[in-house]
Amino acid sequence: MKIVVCVKHVPDAQGDRRFTDDHTVDREGVDGLLSELDEYAVEEALTIAEARSASGEDSTVTVLCMGPEGATDAVRKALQMGADAGVHVCDDALAGSDALATSKVLAAALRTLEFDLVLTGMASTDGLMSVVPAMLAQRLGLPQVTLAGKVELDGTTVRIERDGDSATEVIEAPLPALVSVTDQINDPRYPSFKGIMAAKKKPVNTLSLADLGLSPDDVGLSAAWSVVEAVAARPPRQAGQRITDEGDGGTRLVEFLAGAKIV
Amino acid sequence: MSVQRELPTDEARDLIALTREVADAELAPRVNADERAERFPREVFSLLGGLGLLGLPFAEDVGGGGQPAAVYLQVVEELAMRWASVALGVSVHTLSATAIDRFGTGDQRARLLPAMVGGQLLGAYCLSEAHAGSDPSALIARAEARPGSGWVADGSKAWVTHGGLADYYTMFLRTSDDARRGISCFHVPADTPGLLAGAPEDKMGMNASHTATMTLDGARLGADALVGEVGQGLPIALAALDSGRLGVSAVAVGLAQSALDHAVAYARERHSFGKPIIEHQGLAFLLADMAAAVESARATYLHAARLSDAGRPYSRQASVAKLLATDAAMRVTTDAVQVFGGAGYTRDFPVERLMREAKVMQIFEGSNQIQRLVIARHLARG
Ligand SMILES: Cc1cc2nc3c(=O)[nH]c(=O)nc-3n(C[C@H](O)[C@H](O)[C@H](O)COP(=O)(O)OP(=O)(O)OC[C@H]3O[C@@H](n4cnc5c(N)ncnc54)[C@H](O)[C@@H]3O)c2cc1C
Repeated sequence: MKIVVCVKHVPDAQGDRRFTDDHTVDREGVDGLLSELDEYAVEEALTIAEARSASGEDSTVTVLCMGPEGATDAVRKALQMGADAGVHVCDDALAGSDALATSKVLAAALRTLEFDLVLTGMASTDGLMSVVPAMLAQRLGLPQVTLAGKVELDGTTVRIERDGDSATEVIEAPLPALVSVTDQINDPRYPSFKGIMAAKKKPVNTLSLADLGLSPDDVGLSAAWSVVEAVAARPPRQAGQRITDEGDGGTRLVEFLAGAKIV
Repeated sequence: MSVQRELPTDEARDLIALTREVADAELAPRVNADERAERFPREVFSLLGGLGLLGLPFAEDVGGGGQPAAVYLQVVEELAMRWASVALGVSVHTLSATAIDRFGTGDQRARLLPAMVGGQLLGAYCLSEAHAGSDPSALIARAEARPGSGWVADGSKAWVTHGGLADYYTMFLRTSDDARRGISCFHVPADTPGLLAGAPEDKMGMNASHTATMTLDGARLGADALVGEVGQGLPIALAALDSGRLGVSAVAVGLAQSALDHAVAYARERHSFGKPIIEHQGLAFLLADMAAAVESARATYLHAARLSDAGRPYSRQASVAKLLATDAAMRVTTDAVQVFGGAGYTRDFPVERLMREAKVMQIFEGSNQIQRLVIARHLARG
């Protein structure tokens, strides 16, 4: 079984979030890491590949990442966790690409790879749009099976469980297929020191837009279908309201809660 | 705040990143509760072993990471920033395995080290006795050769970190009354008949790390329990102590860094006289001195570590580092309590715990008086 996992490099959510002059996320000047939500997809791919390898079927996991030079950190982290190979699409013209352009580039890269299954996270921790998996499936003509909380495979089909508020859906699709997984599906492993050492020897193929037969006009900020007009930091939280108990503290608390329609 | 580190390789950088990730997720959330409940986190050691973090200084042929001391120690420091008891445990465990690694036979290394560096076997290091702490050459717990083969051991080893919890004990026992070559080193598995653990000491701090007396009552050791030569015990103990002192230095620096980080964060938030207290110069200079103490202590232990990595003598520098780093940790943690004011004296904030933890570092692995003795002897010898 050949599995490709799409992974994104995102700014560290614990650091300061910054934007560039064109209101896109500053990806150069900040510490980045493998999007936490993609770790679940990598873990799921590794679990599947390990189980199938153990039962004698040759299985590989390739991670695919589109992002600036520093995004190799995300690829390397996935390789350290145990993925076999990486593909990094890196091109200056990609800066500012929206979800449509991203899915176009990832689709073009996937066409150069062999796969039975494409796995993605449920969203990126910086963009949070959750649309790239669906767009990618559409572009590649693959069944899209999204938001999986559990994945089962036999040789020809994938079956997932999707947990909703009131019901769990069971969905099946023929392979090859695209599956996005939630953060409920597993407990991603840490890379080990052995994994860190092994990753140094694993192949990472860096591709430009030209390598994929795409034109710079198809991607980047100028080709985006939507434009971020302005970015403003959320105003700091207002100081709370202090109630001094003068015998009527209880009543006034209830009044406050009633005013906020909580009771 | 994450510490700027100068690391020799990409793998070392990734190793530090891994350590931070694991320590933030697995150590930081439980340190307060476990220290208060005096609960030793054995499973953390299994996790660290599985990730390869217990074997960093050992060679790859026994499952180790082949990393220089300067990298291994910074990993210990990062652990100590979240949980000193765990970092101390890693240092002691490493010490217990180092004796086997450096002085054991090929068979002992192959048989024992992979499980030690993998975290399946937790180690303890038993040199001190109740009346022989600063002066280990005064130890009296004995091992007598049995007719035929093997040894029978009697006596008590005091202050054993991981006492009663460890899977094996690297023990120093008297095998003759010879003043120079009277002590030998033994590998003693925890299930050895006649090996008994006392109740853990009721300590001031580092409560998740259990410290207990281990008693040998006619304990029978096999012939293969001996590590190194008969009579080679003291040199083995002292060689291990040099690297152990760097381990304690790294723990102390991590502890002090953590106290500094807490103090700076608090001083930026807390207001008095209409401004954040960090904007009062009298307090800001205290914080500046704390930062200077932490950074100079780090530079000092790394200097000694780099000498050791280069195969140069580093015994004096290890003593300087231990003295400086643990005194710095005591001062910095005490000042961190001061920065917090009354809040610092309560258990609602971690700085009082850090202060209690710092104190023991001036005492164990050779008290700081003994470090001065070592340094002075080196000076006198020229
Ligand atoms: C929490 C904890 C964990 C420990 N873990 C271990 C362990 O895992 N393995 C192990 O073997 N030991 C361990 N120890 C023991 C530790 O190393 C000893 O406590 C330490 O070496 C001091 O010995 P002592 O307690 O006997 O003090 P003493 O030797 O009685 O010293 C008392 C005081 O006298 C001073 N002093 C002694 N001799 C001199 C001198 N010549 N000149 C000037 N001053 C002197 C000392 O500095 C000290 O201030 C641990 C101790 C503690 C508290």
